[in-house]
Amino acid sequence: MALLSKKDANLIKDPLADNNPITIQVLGICSALAITAELKASVVMAISVLFVLGVGNVVISLLRNIIPAKIRIIVQLVVVAALVIIVDQVLKAFAYELSKTLSVFVGLIITNCIIMGRFEAFALGNGPWKSFLDGIGNALGYGVILVIVGFFRELLGSGTLFGMKVLGDPVTKTGLYSIGYENNGFMIIPPAALIVVGIIIWVQRSRNRALIEEA
Amino acid sequence: MLEHLELFFRSIFVDNMVFAVFLGMCSYLAVSKKVSTAVGLGAAVIFVLGVTVPLNWLLDQYLLQDGALVWLGPEYADYDLSFLSFILFIATIATMVQLVEIVVEKFSPSLYNSLGIFLPLIAVNCAILGGSLFMQTREIPNIGLALNYGISSGIGWFLAILAIAAIREKIRYSNVPAPLRGLGITFIITGLMGIGFQSFGGMLTGDNEPPEETQTTTAKAEDEKEIKKEIDDKEKAISYNEAINK
Repeated sequence: MALLSKKDANLIKDPLADNNPITIQVLGICSALAITAELKASVVMAISVLFVLGVGNVVISLLRNIIPAKIRIIVQLVVVAALVIIVDQVLKAFAYELSKTLSVFVGLIITNCIIMGRFEAFALGNGPWKSFLDGIGNALGYGVILVIVGFFRELLGSGTLFGMKVLGDPVTKTGLYSIGYENNGFMIIPPAALIVVGIIIWVQRSRNRALIEEA
Repeated sequence: MLEHLELFFRSIFVDNMVFAVFLGMCSYLAVSKKVSTAVGLGAAVIFVLGVTVPLNWLLDQYLLQDGALVWLGPEYADYDLSFLSFILFIATIATMVQLVEIVVEKFSPSLYNSLGIFLPLIAVNCAILGGSLFMQTREIPNIGLALNYGISSGIGWFLAILAIAAIREKIRYSNVPAPLRGLGITFIITGLMGIGFQSFGGMLTGDNEPPEETQTTTAKAEDEKEIKKEIDDKEKAISYNEAINK
């Protein structure tokens, strides 16, 4: 990280672990849970959020002295909505199948609390470069959790990763399945995502005791 | 009448906003520490969903859909403005929330005091935008059903946040492992509640609608399991014997 000063580097590093948007700040849960049954969808979602948050933070940061405080929420919504439309149209053009899987959740990036949260908390008070780093950092922190959840759900639920059968074929009984391994259908249903995230929080807070909440 | 009833129960139980599609999770987690605040936010969500879904239905029908502009004249029949739906929907929601806030403040100060702080929060609650977007993708045929859909999914959300708030008030007296306290245990409880709500999936059988995406994936998984089981039963004995022989 020689390119960045230490302070700037922390803007990216913090959200990845101790200030993670999902497990600590509790932002952007909805999409994190709904689309993580497959790793591919998780990765695409993470990239979309990375784009929207990175660019959006810069735009808001540039506009921060022009936007009247009273209508800032609407201005922010319009900026995000415009960026999300771009993402949605690109997905529809180049990855139509995937955009069907993500269905309304691409649109829901608009109301993803991470985006509004970072606009409010950071971009309105900081310069464009810092806001950009903050956006990238938080989007990466979000993406990491998404990918972890997607990884476990797809691996345990369907025995595949990115659609490839990494554990062998369940029908013809090769690989792990030959010794009696079974896919856990439970991991595919939506509520499993909540439990996986709960466990991630558990692991993270056991490792870093400072994060434990007061009861 | 029957379709109204079906949509009503489907939106509350089967396609519950929180447990089936995870909409509005952020405020669901943040505002569910006390039952009284949860009730306030829940009521506000029902109200705003009931207003915005029919409004966005009108927008979708007469402005955004492919060929929706035909009422302006035949030369407009080719326009498809559906790519604008995100921006129009969110603008409607933001302005409606603002308007509702002003009206409520003027005419019912007591209601404003109980809902007031939650109304601005709601503009960015994904359950609200999600309601409009699902209304669009599910192609709800008329405005009565759209109103029904908005209100009943609001009630579903209300039920969910009420339930979790009640559980969280009780769980304060339980001995939860320290790292799980607060957020972690809430996630896991919500997951378990979601699994419970899955059982409502069997409530509305025999309809002609195509099943939801989540249901098809689980159904598929179950199908696969059954097929596997058949093969399993045959092969288990063989492979087991082999393993023992080795």
